[in-house]
Amino acid sequence: MPPRFTPDRRALLGGIATAAVLGTAARAQARPVRIGYSISKTGPNAGGANTTTLPNYQLWARTVNEAGGLRLPDGQRRPIELIEYDDRSQSEEAVRNVDRLINQDRADLVLPPWGTALNLAVGPVLNRAGYPHLAVTSVTDRIPELVQRWPNAFFFLGRSSAAAEALVSALQGLRQEHGLGSTVALVSVQDQFGIELMNAGRAALNRAGFRILMDRQYPLGSQDLSPIIAEAARANPEIFIAFSYPPDTLALTEQARIANFNPKVFYTAVGTAFPLFRQRFGNNAEGVTGIGGVDTQSPAIRDYIARHTQVIGRPPDGWASPVTYASLQVLEQAIAQVGVDRPALIRAIASGTFETVIGTVRLENNQRVRQWWVGQWQGGEFVAVGPPGVPGVQPIRFPKPAWGAA
Amino acid sequence: MRRRDPAVPIAVLVAALALAPLPLLLGPFWQSLLVNVLMYAALATAWALFSGPTRYVSLATAAFFGIGAYTTAFLGEALPLPLVYPAAALAGAVVAAVVGLSTLRLSGVYFVIFTFGLAELIRQLVTYAEARLGGTVGRFVFVDVTPRGIYWLLLAVCVLVFLVGWWIGRSRLGWALRAIGDDEIAARHCGVDTTRTKVAVFAISATLISLVGAIMAPRWTYIDPAIAFNPILSFQVLIMALLGGAGRLFGPLLGVVPLAVLFELLQANFPNAFSVLLGLVFLGVVYLLPRGVVGLIEQGRGALRLARRTHPRPAA
Amino acid sequence: MFVIDVVLSGLVLGGIYALIAIGLTLQYGVARIMNLAYGEFTVAASFAAYALFALAGVSPILALAIAMPVSFLANWLIYQGLLAPLVRRAPDAAALEVDTILATFGLLFIVQGVLLLLFGGTYFSYSYLAVPIRIAGSPVAANRLLAAAIAAALAVALYGALTRTRIGTAIRAVAASPSSASLVGIDARSYAAFAFALGGAMVAASGVLVSMFLTFNAAMGVVFTMKALIVVIMGGVGNALGALVAGLILGLAEALATGFLDPGLTMAVNFALFLAVLLVRPTGLFGKPGR
Repeated sequence: MPPRFTPDRRALLGGIATAAVLGTAARAQARPVRIGYSISKTGPNAGGANTTTLPNYQLWARTVNEAGGLRLPDGQRRPIELIEYDDRSQSEEAVRNVDRLINQDRADLVLPPWGTALNLAVGPVLNRAGYPHLAVTSVTDRIPELVQRWPNAFFFLGRSSAAAEALVSALQGLRQEHGLGSTVALVSVQDQFGIELMNAGRAALNRAGFRILMDRQYPLGSQDLSPIIAEAARANPEIFIAFSYPPDTLALTEQARIANFNPKVFYTAVGTAFPLFRQRFGNNAEGVTGIGGVDTQSPAIRDYIARHTQVIGRPPDGWASPVTYASLQVLEQAIAQVGVDRPALIRAIASGTFETVIGTVRLENNQRVRQWWVGQWQGGEFVAVGPPGVPGVQPIRFPKPAWGAA
Repeated sequence: MRRRDPAVPIAVLVAALALAPLPLLLGPFWQSLLVNVLMYAALATAWALFSGPTRYVSLATAAFFGIGAYTTAFLGEALPLPLVYPAAALAGAVVAAVVGLSTLRLSGVYFVIFTFGLAELIRQLVTYAEARLGGTVGRFVFVDVTPRGIYWLLLAVCVLVFLVGWWIGRSRLGWALRAIGDDEIAARHCGVDTTRTKVAVFAISATLISLVGAIMAPRWTYIDPAIAFNPILSFQVLIMALLGGAGRLFGPLLGVVPLAVLFELLQANFPNAFSVLLGLVFLGVVYLLPRGVVGLIEQGRGALRLARRTHPRPAA
Repeated sequence: MFVIDVVLSGLVLGGIYALIAIGLTLQYGVARIMNLAYGEFTVAASFAAYALFALAGVSPILALAIAMPVSFLANWLIYQGLLAPLVRRAPDAAALEVDTILATFGLLFIVQGVLLLLFGGTYFSYSYLAVPIRIAGSPVAANRLLAAAIAAALAVALYGALTRTRIGTAIRAVAASPSSASLVGIDARSYAAFAFALGGAMVAASGVLVSMFLTFNAAMGVVFTMKALIVVIMGGVGNALGALVAGLILGLAEALATGFLDPGLTMAVNFALFLAVLLVRPTGLFGKPGR
């Protein structure tokens, strides 16, 4: 199918309106740039959206406005005006909110919702209207296909299989350099992201000659994961990998500590990078690996973490938060190059090189490919430790220390 | 019975003809809003076809909606759309017949929660099967239907729902249903085949709900069991129908329209206080409209009639 | 060893399920209020425990002593202020059910909205009594074990109180038939208010106890409501012991499914079991026909 990208009458009118405004704004006080978003303030997605996405929108808008506003190519600045809606974690509400943002509120730009499902739900709307779609928290293996369909969509967190393969390559490194054994207990939540990670992870582990002793899935929302940990403990592997979601990540870690299950590598996926994880487990978080990680040596990141903590009242998570913020910086810099001109912005984001809190971002086929996938709690920070070869990656601490008292 | 009146189908068709050109005149946002209204109108009315007269409150709406949505996800890229929708309807009907036959002994709250548990069981089984056999949970639905197309399809389903409801109301089936709602045991003694009646109407209602699910799925590009079988949908449909008044064919519509408008107003204007305000409005409605919107209208009509007949002053 | 692991974790989980459900069996079974805001009350108690623990260093066990009476009072007020008018005007049980469903649905949003405004939507979790206790060689988290034990104690105490005391007999009379209870001189409404409030105290207990080991956020109430509904209906409406037995059966089934079948099927097994029980016994394990 050819990409649907013909600007219709409305987009054209919007373009003319924008041009007219740009003309008048040079004389009058700068008119704000209206940036809207629909986010899950309530419902099952609220936990993720309120941890990763919403705080960064607020932090970014505030930072930009304190600096005088978004810089435009002609050097003048326009403040950001945010318009926000709650989609209650429902696809239909997200679609209608974005329709409202584009057609009623005449938002100049629309920021993405949280999560793969909602990003996919609003994808066609943003595509039809010709808005850039910074699909950050949308991680699936079918991204290349989506990019074909929606040339206006940009994926900053990469594909799920990349995450699993990066983990396995980090494990291979440990095996070669530190004599890590090859026995693995593999667990995943029965949901799209978990299963995609699981499938890619299982294949990569087999290819790399690891031996999978346990291969289990549990339903989303399980309230007791102690039997899973008990089974893993009986298998007694060197490596424990759980492609888990935030509540399960905490429950599995808690249960492993209670059962005194001490594999040399303990990996849990989403939620490991949350500040909540560290707050809950204190020193026991030390050495736990998970999805994400950042280059904690970088001054840009340190500054970002400090500002996030100051403005939002808590530190950001160590995986998708800085990437979300970086995607906004990409947008900001693209605006500085081409102005609030949506087709030009899409081209600029697709082809430009941007300096952000996570370092230099340059998209290939609308995707960010090289990135930190494996993080580890080291000295109270969630440090990027893999995959090998990506700038900013620190050495992994091995083996994970045994669990201590609570 | 007012329902025998052929005015009903004429009114439904006239209304549909009036609503049909709207997507050509309105922008995408208004279209979006109308899609929402039509979706809930179809769901709540279809729900009330069975649950209204029998007073068997079903929470299986999400199950049938999800079955329809998954049918589109499975077949949407393989079959032409005109075949996908009948397939979805058939799937819903078959499951509903099995469920209907198995729940015959249940009544009251046990039936309510049974239907809820059933929807959850189907969701869990779909999740498990997808994870084990499909390789992933969550499906992309790339089917070529425009938002306008979805609007028209939903409008067509609404017409169908109202016509079916009208037909049931004036048929022997409707009479049997009402007898069951009044007193099931007495109905059985009067020679009503309660089993066949209940299962038939339950299946009709479920078929229509599945159709709505099948139509909506492409709008969201992606469905997974949590989206397709979202229990909130069952509750929302139930609430809308009860608020409007589930005992009349047009009752649920009177709940859907004001509630959809209310949701929209609160959502657009109070993104942070949405929950609290919605809750307050809800409580207010319950206390001020003891018998639903239908009750209010009937009360108003009754009062007027009474006023005309006896005193010239309007009754409270 | 393996079997002990499975049975033990099943019993503990089952106890927790029963704990979550016990308040609803009073609120719905006796006071006849289909409380859709039930899970929100649970989460509110979890937040209260969190706030007391994180901000004031009050242990969750002590928080029980605060949360239960406060919740009792709050639920009594909710019944008298919000629900009693509905009970008064309802012509029959079906009409009352519709009214209470609508009203408590509104209440659900209010409680959730207030929690969101106070705490935001992020996840909360803290660590208390997260230490292993060895039972026959199997490690069990002390906080979970405590919650399950309290659930069992509450269910048995409640069952005893309902069957062995005068108030209990009156409450059961109200549960069986409010109108005939009134005929024999029982003030049905104030007993219903008492039962609803007592249910509220139980909700608070469960919310405080589960907060010790579950990760929660303001949007999670519906999970508890649904779990509680399943357990209450499976046990038979209005029977505290039924809720305990049903909770234990579901917990055990889940653990057995994990141990011997496939962890991916635990929830499916749970729901299938629930449906099967209703098919065989249409009014739950201990329910009386005709309700």
